[in-house]
Amino acid sequence: MTTLDTPEPDIVAKRPVRWHIAVFLLPAVLVYTAVMIIPLFDTLRLSLFRVVDGQSVFVGLDNFRTVFGDPLWSASFWNALRNNILFFLIHMVVQNPIGIALAALLSLPVLRFRGFYRTAIFLPTILSFVIVGFVWKLILSPIWGVAPFLLDIVGMKAFFAPWLGRPGSALITVSLVSVWQNIGIPMMLIYAALLSIPDEVLEAAECDGVTGWSQFFKIKLPLILPTIGIVSILTFVGNFNAFDLIYTMQGAIAGPNYSTDILGTLLYRTFFGFQLQLGDPNMGAAIATAMFFIILAGVCLYLFVIQRRIRRYQF
Amino acid sequence: MSKARSSVARTGLVHLALGAYTLLALFPIFLVLVNSFKTRAGIFSAPLQLPNAKTFSLIGYETVLKQGDFLGYFQNSLIVTVASIFLVLLFGAMAAFALSEYRFRGNTMMALYLALGIMIPIRLGTVAILQGMVATGLVNTLTALILVYTAQGLPLAVFILSEFMRQVSDDLKNAGRVDGLSEYTIFFRLVLPLVRPAMATVAVFTMIPIWNDLWFPLILAPGEKTKTVTLGAQMFIGQYVTNWNAVLSTLSLAILPVLILYFIFSRQLIRGITAGAVK
Repeated sequence: MTTLDTPEPDIVAKRPVRWHIAVFLLPAVLVYTAVMIIPLFDTLRLSLFRVVDGQSVFVGLDNFRTVFGDPLWSASFWNALRNNILFFLIHMVVQNPIGIALAALLSLPVLRFRGFYRTAIFLPTILSFVIVGFVWKLILSPIWGVAPFLLDIVGMKAFFAPWLGRPGSALITVSLVSVWQNIGIPMMLIYAALLSIPDEVLEAAECDGVTGWSQFFKIKLPLILPTIGIVSILTFVGNFNAFDLIYTMQGAIAGPNYSTDILGTLLYRTFFGFQLQLGDPNMGAAIATAMFFIILAGVCLYLFVIQRRIRRYQF
Repeated sequence: MSKARSSVARTGLVHLALGAYTLLALFPIFLVLVNSFKTRAGIFSAPLQLPNAKTFSLIGYETVLKQGDFLGYFQNSLIVTVASIFLVLLFGAMAAFALSEYRFRGNTMMALYLALGIMIPIRLGTVAILQGMVATGLVNTLTALILVYTAQGLPLAVFILSEFMRQVSDDLKNAGRVDGLSEYTIFFRLVLPLVRPAMATVAVFTMIPIWNDLWFPLILAPGEKTKTVTLGAQMFIGQYVTNWNAVLSTLSLAILPVLILYFIFSRQLIRGITAGAVK
């Protein structure tokens, strides 16, 4: 571990190898490398192999050609990708604006019951996808009839349909359940950002007659843009490796008729197999690799393009 | 006069909006908890009413506790979560101390290397993780889950903890060095107690995704002896879809411990998320 030694020439003579640095770093680096980094790269490597007659054979990019081009595979892959993009877009247009609105209301000065609202609205976020999925599945179930009953109260009973069972509405319904659960994250992060705006800035705005709505859009919103950027990338990464909620609500086949299939459920089915389909680790690895590059592209876009364009203000 | 009235109206609207959303957030959970204490007839005839003498029943809970080994599942979840948090905090704090305290060649590279995992989800390596666990005979053991969750939690823990460790006074550490304390003693005796609030924040952040995870228990440890609560509830409900009492009671049993912990730790959690924002 000579690399750990400080190279500054004037003191190098009197400083022995500092073993304690290696000791402090070793456990974390070891576990992280062995259980996360190596498997991650090994998965990328496995996507280049295929089992032929019981032997693992290097096939180059053939697995990807199959996933993207072979009619047996590509239909489900592009379907999953399309659904995943829609899943993400619904989060961006529903979850984040509502989250920002709730944060803006919560950060108003002299608000009573602030702590109560905050705690209550964040509660769904800490529940597991399994709980949330089943709870909403029960509520939306036509057998129990809670949803139609509630809609009846507001005079919209005719609007009710078994949303989860219809290919046209299932994905939107599942996305909205996911929004219901995850809204606490944008709300909290943006609430924190709003609290960190100095009073002087807001007082100066008030002196200039900028209050209420225009204060929010002209002063606060530009100041919290970096946080909105972070929230967006967190949403992106979370949505593109989502699995649990769809698996719980619609099963591994992501019904009806694969209309709620996203990359996570496709990966699970490909890797493990389901019903008549046999599991295939190499094809699973290929799909995981595709997901890896999608997520990497999103993160890079954020780090190198979006984050640099956002103007930051230092107080 | 009119200005005061409009401000009252505005406050009213704010409370109306927040109250409406709070209702939306709490109602589904309330509905499940309430109906888990009812007879089947009560669940269907009046889902929105509190249980009364005629509809009160614990039949759902009896079924669940008789059929499913929920105590075992709880124990598994508890072991996995506590062990993972312990390892994440210990290893994470050690690495964070090394990165924030010492200047050595490769420091920045090491910090970036450890930060990679904040953005890239560990799930994408599942294929190779499973193969590795099969090769080492760790499939269907809690150790497999603990290892995976430790690796999953470390990047964020190192990141947050090194931010906090930079704030620990250098004078204190140097005073310890003058007194002849070893670097290990300085870390365990002087620095760790000072970053305890940050450790608590990291613990809460680490705990939620581990307790709630379905993916890795499903893939690495689906055996009856190693099922976690999340997986146990998932499979149990899958078997008893038509037994509404059992389904509602299972959900309530899975919700309650989280709910209790949340009400104890919500201040800590919220303070952790909004850390640095408090003026």
